[in-house]
Amino acid sequence: MTVATMTDWTRARPQPGWLARLFDYKPFLVVACLFPAIGLLTVFLTYPLGLGLWLSFTDTKIGRTGQWVGWDNFEYLMEDPQFWSAVFYSVFYTAVATFGKFALGLWLALLLNNHVPFKSLLRAIILLPWIVPTVLSALAFWWLYDPQFSIFSYLAVDVLGIREKPFDFLSTTWPARWSLIAANIWRGIPFVAISLLAGLQTISPSLYEAALLDGSTAWQRFRYITFPLLLPILAIVMTFSIIFTFTDFQLVYAITRGGPINSTHLMATLAFQRGIAGGELGEGAAIAVSMIPFLVVATLFSYFALARRKWQQGEAND
Amino acid sequence: MVFIIRRREAMAFGAMAAALALARQATGQSIPVANVAAPKLTPENGASLRVLRPARFVEPDEVIFRANTEKFTKATGISVKVDFVGWEDLRQQAAVSANTGAGPDVILGWAEDPHVYSDKVSELSDVAEYLGKKYGGWQFLAEKYGKKAGGNNWIGLPFGGSTGPIVYRKSAVKEAGFDAIPNDHAGFLKLCQALKKNNKPAGFALGNAVGDANGFANWLIWSHGGFLVDDAGKVAINSKETLNALNYLKELYPSFVSGTLSWNDVSNNRAYAANELFLTANGVSMYFALKNDPATKAIADDTDHAPLMQGIIGKQPQSALVLNAMLFKHSKYQNAAKAYLTFMMEAEQYDPWLTGCLGYWAHPLKAYGESKVWTSDPKIAVYKDGMNNQFWTGYKGPITQAAGTVAAEYILVQMCSSVASGQVKPEDAVKEAERRTRRYYR
Repeated sequence: MTVATMTDWTRARPQPGWLARLFDYKPFLVVACLFPAIGLLTVFLTYPLGLGLWLSFTDTKIGRTGQWVGWDNFEYLMEDPQFWSAVFYSVFYTAVATFGKFALGLWLALLLNNHVPFKSLLRAIILLPWIVPTVLSALAFWWLYDPQFSIFSYLAVDVLGIREKPFDFLSTTWPARWSLIAANIWRGIPFVAISLLAGLQTISPSLYEAALLDGSTAWQRFRYITFPLLLPILAIVMTFSIIFTFTDFQLVYAITRGGPINSTHLMATLAFQRGIAGGELGEGAAIAVSMIPFLVVATLFSYFALARRKWQQGEAND
Repeated sequence: MVFIIRRREAMAFGAMAAALALARQATGQSIPVANVAAPKLTPENGASLRVLRPARFVEPDEVIFRANTEKFTKATGISVKVDFVGWEDLRQQAAVSANTGAGPDVILGWAEDPHVYSDKVSELSDVAEYLGKKYGGWQFLAEKYGKKAGGNNWIGLPFGGSTGPIVYRKSAVKEAGFDAIPNDHAGFLKLCQALKKNNKPAGFALGNAVGDANGFANWLIWSHGGFLVDDAGKVAINSKETLNALNYLKELYPSFVSGTLSWNDVSNNRAYAANELFLTANGVSMYFALKNDPATKAIADDTDHAPLMQGIIGKQPQSALVLNAMLFKHSKYQNAAKAYLTFMMEAEQYDPWLTGCLGYWAHPLKAYGESKVWTSDPKIAVYKDGMNNQFWTGYKGPITQAAGTVAAEYILVQMCSSVASGQVKPEDAVKEAERRTRRYYR
């Protein structure tokens, strides 16, 4: 009895419950904390992606489970001129539209970076094409490009009388392709302009002041200060822009549905057309899977461009 | 702007009121019926039904369909929930329902859907035979799409079919020197050329328009005696007849109004209403939209309809977009569902619906040819026998999913449009269409 009271001079720590012990166990904690994120990614990303991959190797149709057919879908696509036309147009569309968006977006960003009256209002207005739901702007362009009711045709034929026939925006291959690219550029400029504007505002004015004291020209200031310092953000924005443009769907589907004669199908719209409208899920999935290599290249571009930040922070290039 | 909106609303209400008034008069009394005992269908205890159908195309379509459904609930105590989905989503939803064994009990789907899910849908022979006996028999396309191939087992219950014959401006055709639409290729070509010369051109959709463009491509090929697949389902598009059709199109296409290569399903309606287009092919909806809008009443008065030019085959080379009801085996209330379908097809319900829809879904049962709607306006008579056309999707083959895919993939449309645009020689276009069709008919 006395011995027991003697040893009680420090209060016995209450033994923690099993739950508390469990949460003190580091490996468990790591798993528990990661679980929600991994769970979400698995359910909403890995599973659909895996299912898409699996479908692309089967002959599944809507309403009928398919069988494993190996590379059959891909072999068919290799010989399919429509598929190659979609690959070509996807790359062309992405390249030209991205170039257009960046040329005009950068120009707009430089203009907005100056002190202009109603600056914040102007910036808000600039964002409008980006804010409007794509389908709505696509419908607007659909009317602008309409073979009978285009406002451009109306102006040229009925008001100004400079043309005999209405413009042919969408019913021949190349005009249709350029029309869609124009619509995409219009829609994409705000994103580029606002992102680059944010980048421009991080550049310290003291650099420009120093350059001015050295007697630099406007071009030199752009070439040796603005552009290099803007490069990291330019690379990120460009990667996003390329991915968005390459996977574009709504504009094309709402305006031309891939017509005339399949000349404006992007890989995304062709995949949808074959897989959902045509009911050939396997083939549609194969087209969608074929987009992955292109997107991987775009992502790698981003990865390596981002690595340049080291150089910006004063470390050596590697 | 405000004025336009008000006028449009007023117009919609006016059109709807007129249609509903017409529908109220249609009580089914003019429909001749045989005295046949209805099949004995005792609804299951506590039955309730879910029905899925395509969205309305005019308001009375939905209003009367719902009213009829309510009548059924009142008469039997079975509650029925009807959902309307977009035309392009219907097929996908039917597929999900068939595969998962859940969802609606009854789907009013598109033509070949019951055939695609023939092992998942219940047989409807008792209902179909009863209705057939009572209402003077089923029309050709109803039998074609209702029965399983090569037998007498009904797996679908066709509710109606929509067709797209020629719609034209009488004054323009007269000005071109014709009293009626010629029924042969040469005459029709001359008419279109003369219309073009008078700057009142014809035009048919050649873009990705599921209804209009497929209708035109099929017409072109069928009227020359060509067909997609033979009786056994073997691909037969690569034929002399198809080549003739494409060569004919090469002559015909320059007479079209500009832009038809990018037309979708609404383009011809808009161009026609704007006095830019004077001859095309369309459902009855266009005429009624024009007729009920004071602004376009004059165009409607000058409009008439004609069957599609027959070409060399001696019958109208046209099919119909068929609304085909199916009952899934997974439904717990088979009898209640059959009772519902029977009820909706009976004259007291069907005639007002047919009339309210202004004949858009032409009747599948012969007796409804006596419905007052067909005499309410002589100009719509050409739509009356839509379900009696002797052609179907994927003609001459069996009705399969592949036929639907060929239409959805615009294979024949693109064969035609690539020739019309001058991009491809007819021989190559046919080969490409054959290659693509083979893929789906393997």
